[in-house]
Amino acid sequence: MNSSQPNRENPPRMATKLFHWFCAAHLLNEMEDDLDELFQQRVRTVGIHRARWRYVQDVVSLLRPSLMRPSPIKSKENQYSNPSHTDTLHNYFKIAWRILVKNGTFSTVNIMGLSVGMTTAILIGLWIFDEMSYDKYHQNYERIARVMQHQTYNGSTSTTPATPLPMRAALQNEYASEFSHIALSSWTEDHILTYGTNKFTKKGNCVEPDFPFMMSLKMIKGVATGLNNPNSMLLSESVSKALFGSDDPINKILKVDNKNYFKVTGVYEDLPYATEFRDVSFLLPWKFFVEEEAWVKRSETNWGNNSFLLLVQIAPNTSFEKVTAKIEGIKARHAKEEARFNPKAFLHPMSRWHLYSEWGNGRPVRGRIQFVWLFGIIGGFVLLLACINFMNLSTAQSQKRAKEVGICKAIGSIRSQLIAQFFIESLLLAMISFTLSIILIQGLLPWFNQIADKKINFPWHNERSWALGVGFTMLTGLLAGSYPALYLSGFRPIKVLKGTCQAGRFAALPRQVLVVVQFTVSITLVVGTLIVLRQIQHAKNRPVGFDRSGLLSIAMNTPDLHRPDLALRQDLMQTGADLNIAKSSSPTSEVWSSDASFSWPGKDPNQTGDFGTVGITYEYGKTVGWQFKEGRDFSRNFSTDAMGIVINESAAKFMGLKKTVGTHIKWNGEQYTIIGLIQDVVTGSPFMPIQPTIFLLKEDWAYFFHIRLNPALTVQQALLKLEPVFKKHNPGSPFEYKFASEEYDQKFHAEERIGKLSTVFASLAIFISCLGLFGLASFFAEQRQKEIGIRKVLGASIVNLWQMLSKDFVVLVVISCVLAIPIAYYLMHDWLQQYTYRTIVSWWIFAAAMSGALLITLVTVSFQAIKAAVLNPVKSLRNE
Amino acid sequence: MKGTYLGEFEEVVLLAVAIRTKDAYGASVVNEIELQMGRSVNLGAVHTALHRLEEKGLVTSQMGGVTAERGGRSKRLYVVTITGLKAIEEIRQLRNQMWDTIPKIAWS
Repeated sequence: MNSSQPNRENPPRMATKLFHWFCAAHLLNEMEDDLDELFQQRVRTVGIHRARWRYVQDVVSLLRPSLMRPSPIKSKENQYSNPSHTDTLHNYFKIAWRILVKNGTFSTVNIMGLSVGMTTAILIGLWIFDEMSYDKYHQNYERIARVMQHQTYNGSTSTTPATPLPMRAALQNEYASEFSHIALSSWTEDHILTYGTNKFTKKGNCVEPDFPFMMSLKMIKGVATGLNNPNSMLLSESVSKALFGSDDPINKILKVDNKNYFKVTGVYEDLPYATEFRDVSFLLPWKFFVEEEAWVKRSETNWGNNSFLLLVQIAPNTSFEKVTAKIEGIKARHAKEEARFNPKAFLHPMSRWHLYSEWGNGRPVRGRIQFVWLFGIIGGFVLLLACINFMNLSTAQSQKRAKEVGICKAIGSIRSQLIAQFFIESLLLAMISFTLSIILIQGLLPWFNQIADKKINFPWHNERSWALGVGFTMLTGLLAGSYPALYLSGFRPIKVLKGTCQAGRFAALPRQVLVVVQFTVSITLVVGTLIVLRQIQHAKNRPVGFDRSGLLSIAMNTPDLHRPDLALRQDLMQTGADLNIAKSSSPTSEVWSSDASFSWPGKDPNQTGDFGTVGITYEYGKTVGWQFKEGRDFSRNFSTDAMGIVINESAAKFMGLKKTVGTHIKWNGEQYTIIGLIQDVVTGSPFMPIQPTIFLLKEDWAYFFHIRLNPALTVQQALLKLEPVFKKHNPGSPFEYKFASEEYDQKFHAEERIGKLSTVFASLAIFISCLGLFGLASFFAEQRQKEIGIRKVLGASIVNLWQMLSKDFVVLVVISCVLAIPIAYYLMHDWLQQYTYRTIVSWWIFAAAMSGALLITLVTVSFQAIKAAVLNPVKSLRNE
Repeated sequence: MKGTYLGEFEEVVLLAVAIRTKDAYGASVVNEIELQMGRSVNLGAVHTALHRLEEKGLVTSQMGGVTAERGGRSKRLYVVTITGLKAIEEIRQLRNQMWDTIPKIAWS
């Protein structure tokens, strides 16, 4: 032992500090005494170094939860409480909770508004996330693209994903090193799959063997290489289940479209809903497609037929821009006769398929991404409205709490404690709202998915989304609580308690501004919604040009139906369920093919005669109910009608003919004569101009039966009669039909979805704003209770008082209306520009929105105002 | 049932408290155990054991008088309760009983 050391040694300082920091206050003394005693003892017996070492060991061994917690066994010896760190927080929470419960109405209004706002924001957030992560299922997402083309006709450039077949070979031969995979695909089409007695119509593609590898399909059974063989196919898991149940599908033989047989060589996991190819439920080999379809075979050398989907995966060492620059002129180089259309090939990356797939005149235009922006902004606004409520109500209440602050300060609170207290209150509110909104979302998701056509699941297991949600809640709480926390806590206690701390003349100004913001946003949304709904209604009221009721169409999906149909026609007529039967090459409200090589007298040689072409049979006009402007329908009585055509009004306008009927039109080296002019039939989008269309008698083009049901029977009865006939003549297919009215209604789906969503958002905005007004109104009514009492005693009538209390709010709402009208007009005018067939923005929409907003405001405010006004003045004046 | 089971270390601590009757506090119990068992123990272990014993009602504690040794500060003195006494006696009895039933031929 070193004798030069002083008498009393000190234990290691760091260890002592550590100990002081963690030990529960009530145990600190005795523990430290024990430590100290042992240390001194050990210095004497084992030496200073061992003693210090043992001291550290002891401190570490005392690091136990049971010694850190405040003692549960409260001993009477502790005269003073020794609060630990958490006690203060605990106290803050307790007080915050008491205040929430005490101000029941405000808390409810606050929590309701905020949780509705959060629910909206989270739902929209999920929606946006889903939109942004479209197609990310595919592992090669970053490197896949489809080849697209810009082509210019008549001075306007159109952009299409359809490519000519020889392009694939050209890419392969000239730029093989730029690509790791190239795969052609047909479009996604209905086919009938038959196994034993199981028959289903499912959508699928014919693809080249690289497709499954490029798209990283997850094979569940079998192998993905089967598509090398023209007689093999791959099934998705759901189709395999539907056809085979739990049996092993591998090597089973399927019949497709009742004519070709395929062996199943693999089953892949269904593609998720958020992918481009989600409808593709089976894959057929490309080789089969070429062998089976003569026109595909012919297209192999035809650069003029843009009819195929060409997918590529670029090599790892290159980029989409580089490859695009190389392949841009490929078509013009190979096909001289196509060069006049200035075709430009380019790669459209998979990451942009979903949101950026629209072009106007060769340039990208807004496309689906505009909805992501639109809803993102709306979601932000709805949340902002809720936050404004939150702030308004807390600032309004804050005047009441000035006294509380004064008293707290007088008995010794320091400012930081008051700030913490206020922040904890608002955080508590925000957290409660967040929890509620999570519950709400659980309930609303199925409904939301239905409206938005999504399959979104709440990401329960994603830490990042939780972190985002909680962080966001904290931010809301902090923002909303900042005013009372920072402003109120700075009050001088003497002034407040003496009652001289009067709010200035403009104290209410920020609040009024916020209310105006709320109502401006809400009214803008309401006007927007009204205009969207009106636009949809406007397009729905458009003259359709044919009669949709009781008209149904059946696809001619097997060779049985393509045979001469006399027997079928006879059998159908015998049922008495139908009045007319006709065939055509396109559905009634679509035009599937077009041709640019028509010419007519007086045609400008530089103009391309691009018309929609529909092949029909004699009875078509009568079946769909054409309305003739001039001339007549096709008739079997005139043998010349085989070379006759019927055109629509748009076509007549396009050709600029003085006299339509009897004019000769040249097409493919043959001369046709116009025999009739019909009123436009709405084809394609009902918001767009109608394509000039020419109808010809071409029975061999036909792909659809159209049947006009006998109105004397109900639809059910008629269908029951038709079914056995089709079963008899088309045994390989399930009896499937589409109503023309349903097909037509589908054209409105996109717009109706916007209409529904904006209705929901606008109502939410109004609801939240009114909730805020309700809270404010009730607050002021309470605040001015005594004043109202005195006024009543002095003779004020209930109407007077009601006016007094409502006036302030009505003025604010009127200001909002004035602000909202130009904003809404500007935005909606802009929105309507994208539709050619559009409604006008008329004044009554604004008037309706304004009076609606005023009415709702009055109702909300009056409830509180009248409640305050009818109160017995004795009650409000008695206390004090 | 919780509280009836005594861990080995708890038993040792309980015995040490009994040995140091009237002078059983953290440091002295540490000293006693080190003396008796010839190995070093940590203060933390002892305090935890004392807490548990107190929760189980086998010892009680009281703030003791001021001693010069501790710089004029008080200490918490532990006393074995009747239940505590019963508990160690029971253990002892159990051990004896087991000892008595070992047949002589066990030691070969």
